[in-house]
Order: sequence, then structure tokens, then C-alpha cells
Amino acid sequence: MSFFRDTFIIFRRATLLSLQNPAWVIIGLMQPILYLVLFGPLLLRMTSVPGFPPGNAWQVFVPGLLVQLGIFGGSFVGFAIINEWRSGVIDRMMVTPAHRVSLIAGRVLRDVMVLMVQAIVLVLAAMLFGLRVPFGALLLALALVAMLGASFSSLSYAAGLSMKSEDAFAPLINTFALPVLLLSGILLPMSMAPAWLRYVSDVNPFKHMVEALRAVFRGEIFTFIVPFGFGLSLALVLISLWTGARVFRNQTR
Amino acid sequence: MLEAAKEQAIVARGLKRSYKTRTETVDAVQGIDLTVGRGEIVGFLGPNGAGKTTTLKMLCTLLEPTDGEAIVAGCDLRRDARGVKRRIGYVAQGGTTMREAKVSLEIVSQAQLYGLSRQEGERRGKALLKALDLDGIWDRACGSLSGGQRRRLDIVMGLIHEPELVFLDEPSTGLDPQARANLWNHIRSLRDQFGTTVFLTTHYMDEADALSDRLLIIDHGRIVGEGASAELKERLSGDAITLTLRTAEDAAKSQDTADALENAANIVCEGNVVHFRVPNGASVLPGLLRKLTDLDVEPIGVEIARPTLEDVFLNLTGRSLRD
Repeated sequence: MSFFRDTFIIFRRATLLSLQNPAWVIIGLMQPILYLVLFGPLLLRMTSVPGFPPGNAWQVFVPGLLVQLGIFGGSFVGFAIINEWRSGVIDRMMVTPAHRVSLIAGRVLRDVMVLMVQAIVLVLAAMLFGLRVPFGALLLALALVAMLGASFSSLSYAAGLSMKSEDAFAPLINTFALPVLLLSGILLPMSMAPAWLRYVSDVNPFKHMVEALRAVFRGEIFTFIVPFGFGLSLALVLISLWTGARVFRNQTR
Repeated sequence: MLEAAKEQAIVARGLKRSYKTRTETVDAVQGIDLTVGRGEIVGFLGPNGAGKTTTLKMLCTLLEPTDGEAIVAGCDLRRDARGVKRRIGYVAQGGTTMREAKVSLEIVSQAQLYGLSRQEGERRGKALLKALDLDGIWDRACGSLSGGQRRRLDIVMGLIHEPELVFLDEPSTGLDPQARANLWNHIRSLRDQFGTTVFLTTHYMDEADALSDRLLIIDHGRIVGEGASAELKERLSGDAITLTLRTAEDAAKSQDTADALENAANIVCEGNVVHFRVPNGASVLPGLLRKLTDLDVEPIGVEIARPTLEDVFLNLTGRSLRD
């Protein structure tokens, strides 16, 4: 199938291009570790505050970091596609007989792979700090990060390629990122929030994904929140991939 | 369209493209008819904003035409875009490679996207680099090349699948004179060595003059002139002749004489100087001078200037190409 071949060619090119700049790879790996080292100790002191969810502090904190990694790891790739478009690379590839959807799929695949590596580094480091989770929970966690990463990387490419301007794209990211971050309970659980804030945060799908992953980390896989959170992320990834494919297909309109 | 169109490199009929902005519909290209024969180098000449790039993008499958049809490299643009893609190469105005990427990575992945193997991409890429005097840049980053080298690399990218027709959008913009002349030689040898048809856009008169077998002149989204450079100059402009006389009275007599000439145009008399244009001035001038001698008028200065494409353009559109 030429679609898979084309996707792999784009994936390989994107991956080699990322590896040509090892500084970014290292910075990407350092970020989750900085969170563990510089924010984790604060959170350890919070466990006695009323409303702090059950479980070890790391079981609460690491799922939040993983979801954050999935969302924000993918969100900024739109800048790269604007750069590639400006260099003429996107037009050049669109003139080749390669599948249009491969042009985005290969790049998304690269981003997901990078996120997987970062997530694994994060979890391994967290284990050194004292995180204890069942192996199956880790697999589910990686699946969730992969889905979030694929979603946000697709949406980011779609937005970047539609806007074709960093000046328009940057405010979009900021407008979206801050409320999502504050209302998802990524850093501090929403169970500690006053009632009104909790209701507002219920509208944010990412809160439910964080809650689902926390339940998984506590070993409560068969509670309602888990299929709900994972179902939301599955729906998100389908919509996002479709949106991304559509934007790339319709570039010539 | 006719089967015969498949024998040509490009046949376009009524190609149109309009954009919708918030307030109005802009017709960037308003119905273009053109034919490019196989093995020709055709220059698509027009000022910035005339619709050159839009037309080129439509012919390259990068932009869907609002209306009209075209056969490109023997394939129907609307029904068999993939067939067109396999047979054409496209070198965009703004370049084709990432600064950070190694030359080898860009070339090989480009070849793979055309269905070639990695080894074949490497073999062809190295051969093309050599042909364009770019040996030794295989492992360099694209951003480390000079402007002229990077432009030639763009051409390598566009030729990796050995297309029968290649589109070059403003190939020499931003290059110094030496790099331009060098690039032109390479473009010419493309056709001479491989029989590649070349369709290039330019807003430089010298580039159009130096490279093209034939010119298409576009203005405001329409083709306004077509022909070989020399022919266009002869037909549309003619030579500029300037006669300087002793007195205004003599000038008036000369003006009348010029008026009587067949095909003389733009006759202007300013004091004791008369300007006019006439095709094939070199053979007209002796006869004219004889007639003036008969009238007892003796010019003190005679100047004849060959027309330039600039004159042709001015004549066709009423404005200068640089506007």
C-alpha cells in the first residue's frame, strides 16, 4: 500500500531531521524530569490537605504530568509546519504523487514516537522517586499519552498549515493552553477545588482523562471514570486525525 | 479535449482561478489558453501580481482551477492529477529544502516519494548534483549552501524522478549576476541533454530573453502576447529611430515623411528632434534619408535602437514591467 510506504518515508525524514538537532532531543527529555525534581517535592507536602485524592502523591502527580506531556508535547508542532511550509517543503511534497494524508500522518507518527520516549523516561525517573504502579497501568498510560499526542499534533499541524503565520498561531496556542491547564487538575487535583470551580472543570474533557489515569494508577481500572476518560480521548483522536487529514487534502482548494 | 493535446507538453483552455476574500471575489487568472510543445523552453513573463505563479500552481496540481481544463504531460489535470504529478517536476519560487536538513536526506526522501528506492535516489541524486556542479555537498546541511548552490539543489530536487516537463518559478530571483548566468546554462543544457520541456516564469526581461525559445506575456490574469522574443520585438515594437535636424521646420518635414512610411508608429516631434518606431528600421532608414535629401533636408544626427522586451511589454500593456 502506497499510503503506508509514503507515511513511513515522511516519518523517517522527520525523525532523522529531529535527530540532527540533539539539543532539542535533550531539552525535550529534561523537561519532564525538571517537573519531577522541582515540583514533586511541593506536592508531597500537600497530601494532608483536605480534598487531596487517595493514593500516594506520585500516583496523583505523574498521571497529571503524563497528560500534560501528551497535550503540550503535541501542541507546538504547528510552528514546525509553518517553517516547513515557508521553506517550500510542503508545496514540494504536495506536487509529488505521495498521498496527501501521508504528509501529515508521517509527521504525527514521529511526534508520537518522541512523546513515547519522553513518557517512558518520565515514568522511569518517577519510579526512582518512589512511584509504584502495576505494569498494565503503565501500558494504559502510554496509550493515553499516544492518543493525546496524536490528537494535538494533528490539530496543531492543521492549525499551523491553515494560518501559515507564527504571529497568528502563537496567540491561538496561548488562548487554548492556559484554561486547559488550569481547569484540568493536571498540577493540583480538582477535588481540592471549591464547588463552582469543580463544576466549570467538569466541562473540560482533559480533566476526565487525568482522573481516569489517576484511577488506573491506583489500580481501579474497572470504575466508570476509566472507560469514560479513555473513550473521550479516543473520540478526540479520531476527530483530530480527520481534521488534520482534511486540512492537508484541501490545501489545493 | 482533443487527443492531439496529448502530443504537446501543455495545452490549457480557459484556465481560471478566483479567490474569495471577505468583501469580494478576486479573479487572479481570468481564462488562460496556452500551448507548450515538447522540448520547448517557454518563458512566462509578466509583472509581479499578473497571475504567473497562480497559473503555474494550477498546472502543477497545487491549486485547483476554478474553471477551464488542461492536459499536462499527456494527462488530464482534473481527472488524472496523479498522472500529471508523476511526469512533472516543480521548483517553487521560495525554495524546496529545510535549512537544517542534510542534502542527502532531502534528495533521497524526495526520490522515495516518487516511488524510487533509497539506493536509486542516492545514485540519481549524486549524478544530478554532479551535472549541476554540486559535487561534494551530499553531507552538508542545505542551509550552509550559497544562494546559487541552494537554487541548483532545488532544481536537482525537481529533476530526481526524470520528469519530461519541469516548471521553474522565478528561477534566478535573488542570485548575483554570475550565479544567474551559470544557472541559465544549466537550464539550457537540461533541454539539450535530456529533452526536458521547461516552463519558467520570470519578471526579468534578460532572463526571458536569454533562456526562452518562446514567450507568453501575461498581464492582469490574461495572456496578452505570444511569440519568440525577436519576433515579438519586430512585430509589436519595431526599432526606435531618432532623427535630429537643424531646425524645427526641417523636423516637421521629416515628420511628414515618416508619416508616409508603412508601419511607422508613435511618431513624435519635439523641437528639432523626431522620434518614431518602425519594424526593420535598418532597411527602412536609407530610403527615408534619400527622401529627406530630395526635400533638401539634412539630418545632423541619426540614431537607431533595437527594441527590448521592455518596449514590447510597454506596447502590449501600456505600462512598464517594473510598475
